[in-house]
Amino acid sequence: MNITETAVNTEAIISVRDASKRFVLHKDKSIKDRILYFRSREKSRSDFWALRNISLEVEQGQTLGLIGHNGSGKSTLLKLIGGIIDPTSGAVLRRGRVAALLELGAGFHPDLSGRANVYINAAILGLSTAETDLVFDDIVEFSGIGEFIETQVKFYSSGMYVRLAFAVAVHSDPDLLLVDEVLAVGDEPFQQKCMNKIREFQREGRTIVLVSHSAEQVADVCTRAVVLDAGEIVHDGDVGEGIRVLREGYERDRVAAAAKERASADAAEQLAGAVDILAVDVTTADGKAAGAEPIAPGSSLTFTIRARVNSPVDWITGFTLQSMLGQTIYYLNTKGLELETPTAPGDYAISFTLPDVNFGRERLIISAGAETGDGVTIAQLQNAGHLDFAPDPTGGGVVQFAATGAINSVERVS
Amino acid sequence: MDQRDPGSSPTLRVIDEPLREIGGRGSRSTWSSITEIVQHRQLLGRLVNREIRARYKNSTLGVVWSLMRPLAQLVIYYVAIGQFLGAARNVPDFAIFVFTGLTIWSLFSEIVSSGTGSILANAGLIKKVYLPREIFPLAAVGGALFNFVVQFLVLVVATIVLGRLPLSPNLLYLPLAIVLMVVLGTAIALVLSAVNVYLRDVEHLIDIFLMVFFWASPIVYSVTFVNEALQGSWIEQVYLANPVTLAVLGMQKAMWVAGVNDPSQFWPDDLGLRMLIALGVSLVALFLAQRVFSRLQGNFAQEL
Repeated sequence: MNITETAVNTEAIISVRDASKRFVLHKDKSIKDRILYFRSREKSRSDFWALRNISLEVEQGQTLGLIGHNGSGKSTLLKLIGGIIDPTSGAVLRRGRVAALLELGAGFHPDLSGRANVYINAAILGLSTAETDLVFDDIVEFSGIGEFIETQVKFYSSGMYVRLAFAVAVHSDPDLLLVDEVLAVGDEPFQQKCMNKIREFQREGRTIVLVSHSAEQVADVCTRAVVLDAGEIVHDGDVGEGIRVLREGYERDRVAAAAKERASADAAEQLAGAVDILAVDVTTADGKAAGAEPIAPGSSLTFTIRARVNSPVDWITGFTLQSMLGQTIYYLNTKGLELETPTAPGDYAISFTLPDVNFGRERLIISAGAETGDGVTIAQLQNAGHLDFAPDPTGGGVVQFAATGAINSVERVS
Repeated sequence: MDQRDPGSSPTLRVIDEPLREIGGRGSRSTWSSITEIVQHRQLLGRLVNREIRARYKNSTLGVVWSLMRPLAQLVIYYVAIGQFLGAARNVPDFAIFVFTGLTIWSLFSEIVSSGTGSILANAGLIKKVYLPREIFPLAAVGGALFNFVVQFLVLVVATIVLGRLPLSPNLLYLPLAIVLMVVLGTAIALVLSAVNVYLRDVEHLIDIFLMVFFWASPIVYSVTFVNEALQGSWIEQVYLANPVTLAVLGMQKAMWVAGVNDPSQFWPDDLGLRMLIALGVSLVALFLAQRVFSRLQGNFAQEL
């Protein structure tokens, strides 16, 4: 499924028309404050625009991922769609039955049993008692609560809460499912179960709007991504592109923070700076600088660390490739290759060549560093650059392969 | 990511509903609010049920507790005001008299006080799902009505035991008094529950308000005393214009046989007409209260 295919059914289920949301922040709350500072009232309140002029049409059957930084307005948009808050200007139109899973255990009363809460929650989601009776066993089964269904909900663990809430929501036969980040609470098998349920919903042509910080989750299930930044839509459409836009935003912040840190650490480094890492260049086999366009799988890459030795020291150097989330995908240093680094002052270029790279991540961050032989850090160059790799056309993950497949019929083993 | 989702092409669900604007900047028409509540009537029933069950969930005596408070009040007023202050001398069947007044009064005061807190008490729900928010004050009204029914049954049993079962056309005052208190109480609860979100002081204010109204109605003293003191002056007319007073009097007229049969007791003229007028005014108040509520409810989720 992708956008162009689902565009065949053009029936919108949600239509957000030029909606904005303003929050007013009051700095005084007590009556005393209000009377004392009555004249300067305007000063004590400040406006915060959580969303600005958002227009969005969601067609039936789409799975929309809302992504963005913390505070970018994605949860506010979800609440707007859910009708929980009203837009300051503009309008939100919607049809069909909605089930919203915002935060944990919406509407559970701690003093009542799981069973009583299931009935109340189902009624909140629009199910009649008779309809709830029909799906009750499925709900208990799906949640995995078992005999605890008769226990008061206040004794549940947070995982049990979410499981029960999710189970009720998905069994309420919604046309539109709104999910906000709640799935992160469940354990892995349950998350897997939820994802399967979401895929089942997709096949049944239901519409899902998902807020998530996990780019992987979004990439996994969504057919469309909307990236929000400071209350505005910065990207709407292809999921892969959306994640790239989001990560560029992350990287921008990261580079800015790193630059600031470097500036303050500079003075201290001058003293200990027996070695400076000046730059890391990456070139492809034909000698061109890599990074301008995505690197095709199978390319050979040469990493050249440019270092300056200021005073004689025994040192090693190397580089690291990290994912956007900071996970180390690969590292290599002179010690591993048993290269002797020169100790005399001067400028050196240390080259490492990787043949046949087949990284599957779409973007990797390069860092380089120098250490003494005993592992004391002398110099570091964080975020020396980044590499983009062509996406894997067949599979997915940290690495990629020119994969092939075959299906043969085999004899049944009895 | 298409290649990871090798499902069959999705079948399109049919939703026969046009796109409808939701929320709509806070205020909805009264009619659409009413239809929404009617659509959610099953939920309303469940919320009332939840309110009652959760209240006594962990107590051994359970619902008996909803009787303890009025019974304790009955004993206090019977002993302190009836016997020590001597009110019982001029009021026949003083126990039934006091309990009749207390029963209808506690209906009103419970609607107002638990209705006022109802939006705050359900903050968790309001922040997470959309429901017509009137449903929460209404659930509080339902809970109060349940307690009223329990108390009322006790009152009926008491009249049977004392051989004073009220079987007369005066019983028509009973439904009128109940409807009057429910309508007026709901109107007040709707406005205060919404205002309470923005100004939490309301919760404390309401206690004082209820205390004043308790003593401003002939619950523990007979209206005959008021008539003797005020001698039909305009202040007495003001006193009798209080809808709570009228409801208490209507309830007494229906349930307190000894008082109705006692010629020395004072009853205001045209009590039924007065109550009907009060009911009309309360209905207008209820309509206005709903307008205020729907105006204020748009910002509930972010203020809670």
